[in-house]
Amino acid sequence: MNTLSGLAHVYHIDNIDTDRIIPGKYTKTLELDDLAKHVLEDLDPEFSQRVQAGDILVAGHNFGCGSSREQAPLAIKAAGVSCVVARSFARIFYRNAINIGLPVVEAPEHVIENGQPVRVDLETGSVLNATTGQTFAATKMPETMARILKAGGLVNFLVKHGNYQ
Amino acid sequence: MPQTLAEKIISAHAGRTVSANEIAIVNVDAAMATDATAPFAIKAFRAMGGQKLWDAARFSLIIDHASPAPNERVANLHRLMREFAAETGCVFYEVGEGICHQLMAENGHARPGEIFVGADSHTSTLGALGAFAIGMGSTDLAGVMLTGQTWLKVPHSIRIELRGQLPNGITAKDVVLDLVRQVGADGANYQAIEFAGETIEHLTLASRMVLTNMAAEMGAKTGMVEASDLPLKADVDAVYAKRITLHVSRLRPMVSVPHAPDKVQPIDAVRGRKIHYAFIGSCTNARLEDLQAAAAVLKGYKLAPGVRLVIAPASKRVFNEALRDGTLEILSEAGATFITSGCGPCVGSHLGVPGDGEVVISSANRNFKGRMGNPNAEIYLASPAVVAASAVAGEIVEPSVVLADRMTR
Repeated sequence: MNTLSGLAHVYHIDNIDTDRIIPGKYTKTLELDDLAKHVLEDLDPEFSQRVQAGDILVAGHNFGCGSSREQAPLAIKAAGVSCVVARSFARIFYRNAINIGLPVVEAPEHVIENGQPVRVDLETGSVLNATTGQTFAATKMPETMARILKAGGLVNFLVKHGNYQ
Repeated sequence: MPQTLAEKIISAHAGRTVSANEIAIVNVDAAMATDATAPFAIKAFRAMGGQKLWDAARFSLIIDHASPAPNERVANLHRLMREFAAETGCVFYEVGEGICHQLMAENGHARPGEIFVGADSHTSTLGALGAFAIGMGSTDLAGVMLTGQTWLKVPHSIRIELRGQLPNGITAKDVVLDLVRQVGADGANYQAIEFAGETIEHLTLASRMVLTNMAAEMGAKTGMVEASDLPLKADVDAVYAKRITLHVSRLRPMVSVPHAPDKVQPIDAVRGRKIHYAFIGSCTNARLEDLQAAAAVLKGYKLAPGVRLVIAPASKRVFNEALRDGTLEILSEAGATFITSGCGPCVGSHLGVPGDGEVVISSANRNFKGRMGNPNAEIYLASPAVVAASAVAGEIVEPSVVLADRMTR
């Protein structure tokens, strides 16, 4: 699965923190079904109803800052989002997303508006705005991360390889 | 080749000399997870085929985020942790023992020159002990539990030199809030922050932990302290991404205003703001010196009408010391109420949620919208002395005003 296509949900906001992605009060559980219902609710209460499977979340700088809660990328993935495109990511969120198999693409110069169809090429690391025809370069992911994502997350990766070597 | 603290520690654990930007696979010395992150970590560990920990004696599980359990769902997550600890022989800290980072520091789990991995974003706190301490998510931690290793990108480093003596009433919290203001929420992204300079020499470990704790609010990978009483020093001509010098003698008490930790202003800009709820707690500022600072302000006073002051000491040890030295009595007589040593109100999942339209002043580290469990409340962050003074005045005020008032009575 090297290319992902979907409609963009765009937030032209920097520093969307993990408390806004999924408030702490919903994280005290191992069940994931509820997370999808509450994702981004303090930022946009309608998001969880609007989002469709395969959609792409698009944001500004430092997406996912704050707490290390893995429920943040899990909630986004559970809601059906196939990929997050942001100008930059906070480091723990970026790693967590890769580890749970949610593709994250850092495209600092993206020009995408809400509702536009977007195509992300995970192999070349580029983002295409299918409405405007513009392509944006993405920061190259470290090799280890790319391998983990390709395996579908860290659990699959370590079951397969047993170690990081 | 001159190296930063991060480069030295990572090189020692990678088995080869590494520099900033390189990827290294490193041996991890110690790790921990809390009740917020352990359940997922245990689940992932099992899914990876994990049965035996890489080193049970160096792995700790702590109940601190929802302590004691507010409902049966959480109680069963706690039970899961107890069973895992019993089965694997890892270290386990029960309800009421304290906040994870405090316990790791008090009980010698993080040591100078070691690599410590914590499933909590404020793991950087332990950098005050000279360790390279990084926060990670649950699944990443499961990888450590299984292999005793992790991969990481050697960070660039920012060197912060603190000069001068802290004036009366100015604390490490005011210093770090000013730094968060300067650097910004992502100004230290992926970087390690080194805190050094003459000011550090005179800071207690508790105060040094305030600095490394809030490195997380600058986006940093970790924060570390360099001081003459710690074994490791960065090389004099090491290369840094940025160097910052802060003259602390010029600082005012600083306050983060809603709704971001890096929206920091001097107290002068927010004085007079009415508050309803004061909180002294969290891994940032709930140690003995913080409770003592609050008691020094509150002694002989009562809380302003309509104000509540909730205090969660950082650990049982802190609680017991404050009990013995009379600090708790002063705080309680003033009207403070005490809750379990743990994260409590800071993280919004359990205890001390603010009501709609309420204004909170807190000694914690984050004031994002909804952080304390209610997106319709506002949170200001400050030092424990400012929190205490504001609880007496019913509005944001600097401690010297309250202290001066006592002298004229």
